[in-house]
Amino acid sequence: MAMTMAEKILADHAGFEEVAPGQIVNARVDIVLGNDVTAPIAIKAFRELGAEKVFDSERVVLVPDHFTPNKDIKSAQQCKVLREFAREQGLVHYFEVGQMGIEHALLPEQGIVVPGDLVVGADSHTCTYGALGAFATGVGSTDLAAAMILGELWFRVPESMLFIYYGHRGEYVTGKDYVLHTIGLIGVDGARYRAMEFTGEAITALPMDERFTMSNMAIEAGGKAGLIAPDQVTLEYVRPRAKRPWKVYESDPGASYVEALEIDVSRLIPVVALPHLPENVKPVAEVGEIPIDQVVIGSCTNGRITDLRQAAQVLKGRKVHPYVRLIIIPATQEIYRQAMEEGLFEIFVEAGAAVSTPTCGPCLGGHMGVLAEGERAVATTNRNFVGRMGHPKSEVYLSNPYVAAASAIAGRIVHPMEVL
Amino acid sequence: MIRGRAWKFGDHIDTDVIIPARYLNTSDPGELARHCMEDADPQFASKVRSGDVIVAGENFGCGSSREHAPIAIKAAGVACVVAKSFARIFYRNAFNTGLPIVECPEGVEAIQDGDEVEVDLERGVVRDITRGEEYPFVPIPPFMQELLSKGGLLEYVRERMSSSAG
Repeated sequence: MAMTMAEKILADHAGFEEVAPGQIVNARVDIVLGNDVTAPIAIKAFRELGAEKVFDSERVVLVPDHFTPNKDIKSAQQCKVLREFAREQGLVHYFEVGQMGIEHALLPEQGIVVPGDLVVGADSHTCTYGALGAFATGVGSTDLAAAMILGELWFRVPESMLFIYYGHRGEYVTGKDYVLHTIGLIGVDGARYRAMEFTGEAITALPMDERFTMSNMAIEAGGKAGLIAPDQVTLEYVRPRAKRPWKVYESDPGASYVEALEIDVSRLIPVVALPHLPENVKPVAEVGEIPIDQVVIGSCTNGRITDLRQAAQVLKGRKVHPYVRLIIIPATQEIYRQAMEEGLFEIFVEAGAAVSTPTCGPCLGGHMGVLAEGERAVATTNRNFVGRMGHPKSEVYLSNPYVAAASAIAGRIVHPMEVL
Repeated sequence: MIRGRAWKFGDHIDTDVIIPARYLNTSDPGELARHCMEDADPQFASKVRSGDVIVAGENFGCGSSREHAPIAIKAAGVACVVAKSFARIFYRNAFNTGLPIVECPEGVEAIQDGDEVEVDLERGVVRDITRGEEYPFVPIPPFMQELLSKGGLLEYVRERMSSSAG
């Protein structure tokens, strides 16, 4: 029977020749991930169950990235729970502040997740690793506890949806625009419980960083995973990093999809998602006069080197609008050093931006840029829900890094061409 | 039997609305309960009574994977969430934390905010006492029923741990 890559990965990890959508399987997981918000509850369950050892100290990964560097005493306590657990269990992949990065940028970069993996993470953006050709999905803390102990978890094999991107993209159009446009088309529950598979010549032409952006936002359409079959670009990224052997899975010709959509990227222009749902997508040119107070460039969605270069391209030799606070957050220490070496920080600081150590911070209204009542931000992050970045009466507009940087200069939401 | 007041909400109630991330520096149920649904209705936590029912539209619990969401709802006293549909991770989390949730699109359409409702998990119906009507809900999948009969995921893990130790 012809299978999709999602089905193949689940079948292999469950020890079956084949699986079909709707089937429940118990499957071995390759990597299990938790952070400073979700892992403390899992560790508590781990203790209550009387478990002594995690199933594999090389495969349970803890990253304190949400409220770190510790924003307050309570956050410090939560991180302490992770730290002590990591030391007690001898976890190989625990990342302290100074090595820490935003988990979904960090794990691929460090070669911890590789193509063909089955990954569960107690963070909804775990789907990011789909860009490597891994089946990766978000779970809660109790599922995390179970997976940390047993090294396996139950899964319902999802139906797959195919998204074919073709054509050549225009200037300032990025993977972020592809995925926002897609969410705008199908809605925030358009792929609920389903595996999304991104394919086509426009995906082949996309650099790894922008592929991560796309897979990252599969959850914003309700997707269980956001897969891209590995190709040359993937393997060039993986080869120097991988800590383990990998396996390339591709969907069979004739595999069945509940839906297939074709998207001509040559017709796309930079878009923004208006408050308060990622599906409220509009071309930048159509949003009208919207003054802003803050811009955040970073997060597991768009805090990689490609994103910082795009921002720098716009910011170079220009100044941030006096009414705007621009916060730029490289997602990992490696990206941070790379940006520093490439001279991007010089450009950012000259422009009047604040550059931060890696943290999820402002994306979820945690710290490092919380919004006041009535304030409005443009962010390269993933969610614009009510109160997401601070006060329930604040607003978040999601965009790509070019638009975010240009808007920081203009003081309102603009197309990059307006300032370049 | 679950019986209480219906608190009605719309579509796509996300986990940031259920429990804003600014309160995630703790996992204490009592503390989380005080901020439950705060960004949708700042008084919700003080108004809701034990046994009440949240009635919501499509895709309830979308967004983050935070288990704090069902924990907050349960600790606030809500006995059940009735929705047209649930986001995937929330569905698993509610199940794992013992918060009853049922999919009942027809019931959600009919039930109004403030109605007295009853949820009969055994018989698989939601009753609107105020209106004198009842609506069948989608039964939970057999696999999950089985897991539930074993005492939930953690009990299953405990069983597996002891069988591998023995």
